[in-house]
Amino acid sequence: MTVTVGPELDVEQLRKDFPILSQRVRGKPLVYLDNAATSQKPRSVIEAVGRFYATENANIHRGVHFLSERATLAYEAVRARVARFLNASSSDEIVFTSGTTEAVNLVAQSWGRSAVRAGDELLVTAMEHHSNLVPWQLLAAQTGAIVRAVPITDAGELDLDAFDRLLTDRTRLLAIAHVSNALGTVNPVRALVAHARQRGLVTLVDGAQSVPHLAIDVQALNCDFFAFSGHKVYGPTGVGVLYGRAALLERMPPWQGGGDMIEAVTLEASTFAPPPARFEAGTPKIAQVIGLGAALDYVAAVGRAAIGAREDELLAYATDRVSGLDGIRLIGTARHKAAVLSFVVEGVHPHDVAAVLDDEGVAIRAGHHCAQPVMSRFGVPATVRASFAFYNTREEIDVLIRGLGRVRTLFA
Amino acid sequence: MPSLSELYQNVILEHNRSPRNFRPMPDADRHADGHNPLCGDQLTVWVRMDGGVIEDVSFQGSGCAISRASASLMTSMVKGKTREEATRLFEQFHRLVTGTLASDQAETLGKLAVFSGVSQFPIRVKCASLSWHTLKAALDEGIKTIT
Repeated sequence: MTVTVGPELDVEQLRKDFPILSQRVRGKPLVYLDNAATSQKPRSVIEAVGRFYATENANIHRGVHFLSERATLAYEAVRARVARFLNASSSDEIVFTSGTTEAVNLVAQSWGRSAVRAGDELLVTAMEHHSNLVPWQLLAAQTGAIVRAVPITDAGELDLDAFDRLLTDRTRLLAIAHVSNALGTVNPVRALVAHARQRGLVTLVDGAQSVPHLAIDVQALNCDFFAFSGHKVYGPTGVGVLYGRAALLERMPPWQGGGDMIEAVTLEASTFAPPPARFEAGTPKIAQVIGLGAALDYVAAVGRAAIGAREDELLAYATDRVSGLDGIRLIGTARHKAAVLSFVVEGVHPHDVAAVLDDEGVAIRAGHHCAQPVMSRFGVPATVRASFAFYNTREEIDVLIRGLGRVRTLFA
Repeated sequence: MPSLSELYQNVILEHNRSPRNFRPMPDADRHADGHNPLCGDQLTVWVRMDGGVIEDVSFQGSGCAISRASASLMTSMVKGKTREEATRLFEQFHRLVTGTLASDQAETLGKLAVFSGVSQFPIRVKCASLSWHTLKAALDEGIKTIT
């Protein structure tokens, strides 16, 4: 594999930004290779959340007092920050949610229930995380629509011929992962979205796994919706983003009712605020949003291109080392991948692999990765998944390799 | 600090490699399916009764070493026992893996004592007990899926 080396990061220095990375677990230095599940948090994010509670905490959009005004400004500034981060044309296109899952459910229940009819088809792929599959199955059950899935090849890429065949006159939606959490595959979403939009489909891109690794430009992608989670991109848990094209958001009915999303309320009926407020009922995740803003600032300071290049290099190194071991089968060998290495050890269940690695201080994920259809496609109950962030090192990957050696010895 | 060798004792590793009674049972008079949706472990336990006695018991399925070895040792231990004896053994086993068994009771468990290390790894308790829950379902109700 050829590796494009970007601007060099001072990783040793950057690791000091993450307090958790200097911990020891089970008596060994922590080797955190579970970044696709959640990334670790730099001190600037942890401190931003702490500082908010210590000095700025107030409810927003509803107070005239000093703190409320400050908190409101800070919260809305992050909305503008996210719009820049995604290159959205307006911050009104940014809705804060609790995460990618809630963002997809919002679209399914608001857009979906008002626009999808019995017999309509919703096109997903066979590599979706459950969060971009189950909400569409729920919508299908509510409306009589049908969910279809683009199959995947042995390498873990989308079968593009099948994609063409699956687009019918009844297809209303394309909902697709940008990067597969279980396989690491980077899908050609720009081309697929263009194709789908030509046919009048609404398009949603699940960016949970792409935002940490790739620069995102929603206008270039030209999708209608784009969703991601803050906690996978060095931010706090509990906050995510739904980007929605303004023209669509404006037509969509509310999803949840409550405070902050209304215009006028009487005992008989209510009118609703314009987006994005229409979709943010109740007191939002104020501190988490502030933390997300700090996370995006951190990513920008490190440099997105440098982060991506570093992670490509780590993936190439890990792929090379793991492939060199006996009795390992890689699951997901797409030509274009991002930061995820999924594999099985012949004759050893992934949970046992994980337990041995854990004993070495190595945190990896073992399981179905909330992508059971992917596991069935490859005929395995589960995989071992190592996933990388820029702060990981080659030495950490070497610890993983040594741990896999111990797995082979123990279960031989 | 819990150690890995307490979890993966040699008897467990050996039963994982060569599980006993790992076969379907066409003439079973009852069976149940067990499934742990969290980790994807799944197995079927078959039982043939002779009156109140477990005449034969077998299992098949996929799971980690702990769940496979536990199912294997379970089948070896309960064969020939009455339903009540098997149920009592399960209760004791469950106390063992959850760390609530009095130390003077451990020897009544015989070979099952190798699972004592599981209590140090709380997330593995389900792995160790799935086959037992499934056996109990087969004994109690005959055909059932356990999660």
